[in-house]
Amino acid sequence: MLKRYLPTALLLLAAIGAWQAVASLGSVDDLTLASPVETVRALRDDSSLLFDNTLTTLWEVLLGLVIAVALGAGAAVVMHVVRPLRDAAYPLLIASQAVPIVVVAPLLILAFDYGIGPKIAIVALICFFPVTVNLLDGLRGVEPELLKLMRSLGASRLAMLWKVELPWALPNLFSGLRIAATVSVIGAVFGEWAGADNGLGRLVLLGINQLETPRVYAGVVILTVMALALFVLVSLAERAAVPWSRREVRS
Amino acid sequence: MTTRLEAPVRPRQAEAVAVRGVTRRFGPVTALEGFDLEVRDGEVVAIVGPSGCGKSTLLELIAGIQRPDEGELVVTGSAAYMPQRDLLLPWRDAVGNAALALESAGVPRREARRRAAPMFERLGLGQFEQSRPHELSGGMRQRVAFLRTLLAGRPLLLLDEPFGALDAITRSAMQDWLAGALQAEPRTVLLVTHDVTEALLLADRVVVLSPRPGRVLTELCVDLARPRVRRELVGDPAFAEFERRALEALGC
Repeated sequence: MLKRYLPTALLLLAAIGAWQAVASLGSVDDLTLASPVETVRALRDDSSLLFDNTLTTLWEVLLGLVIAVALGAGAAVVMHVVRPLRDAAYPLLIASQAVPIVVVAPLLILAFDYGIGPKIAIVALICFFPVTVNLLDGLRGVEPELLKLMRSLGASRLAMLWKVELPWALPNLFSGLRIAATVSVIGAVFGEWAGADNGLGRLVLLGINQLETPRVYAGVVILTVMALALFVLVSLAERAAVPWSRREVRS
Repeated sequence: MTTRLEAPVRPRQAEAVAVRGVTRRFGPVTALEGFDLEVRDGEVVAIVGPSGCGKSTLLELIAGIQRPDEGELVVTGSAAYMPQRDLLLPWRDAVGNAALALESAGVPRREARRRAAPMFERLGLGQFEQSRPHELSGGMRQRVAFLRTLLAGRPLLLLDEPFGALDAITRSAMQDWLAGALQAEPRTVLLVTHDVTEALLLADRVVVLSPRPGRVLTELCVDLARPRVRRELVGDPAFAEFERRALEALGC
């Protein structure tokens, strides 16, 4: 474990070192680029401010994710079971990805308010797609021979879904969740940029305007760590929930 | 006073399967044409033929997975189908996989497991009950798949090249095991295989099919005593004669 990630850690350290070196050059303005040391200082000095805003953003991300998973998984199952609905909705689902969320965010703020609601909605919107499409693909990808066997055993549609299709598609759901976990933070930041009175995204935007460069960097670091932590959490949950490897049935 | 000596009336064995003039096409390909076959109750019938002669189609027709384009198909009682691949669910242990047959019939999960477990003991698989499919060898997985088929509780078993994917040594052991299992749990069996020896070891009757579209080339009533042991039969002239006739019909 330690050995596996050692090269990565070294590369990261080297990158931070280079960052520090460039930031320390006399010709580089402190307002243009904050060094790692300044960033760490900002993390410490502004800790209570950053903490409050982190909580807001984290809350938006988590609620948005939960809603996206609930709606996305539900939609995938319904579309899978009702074939005509899937055929009708699938192209629309793919096409919906062409809608620039960055533009939708201000519209939602305009329609609703500056509160947490529109941010949750944007996170959910962004995360809905990977969850739905991955789960749907997983449900469609079940070994046809296996379904034939279940039918010959007299299994009901519900039994087939519950005992075979859903467990089979669980790894796909987790693939979707991993993507959703990473983009969810981006969604929350977009939402806050469109108008907010709290949150890390807003703090970063404000920091840029106020030339509080170290604080901006501190915010970016926290947002990155947040996305990474979510990713790792989903991966751990996957390992606990899907201990088998599907290759066994396929081989 | 007349004494009438009545000939003992032998009850005519009921037909488990009757296939009459069945044709099945897939687009331009005719898998079966005007096909006839009868399987009596309790009989073990092996169907031998070259690849693509419609053997699997025949099983799927009898299993009700497919419908014939022409002809008549009567299946008394219901059939349990065992596909070529074991198709075990990797997230269930061996008992759980076998119990799937009962669960599909509406038995609650716990009760299904409770009923499946004794079957493992009876057929000598007791120590593998809790094993996951990836911990089992190919032969063991096939045994679990067979138990799942048995537990479906249907009078007719349709086995589609059950040992086709196994190596020769494992296959030989599996054939002995299956013969024993069928002795413990007698069923009507329709076994599809491309292995003449396997057919002769297991079946009461061997039906040899032609290449596509499948027609019956010859039928052998294998009246060899049971249990049939491979190493004793290889030198047996009667067995050799059956083998010769089957291979001759196949044009080997």
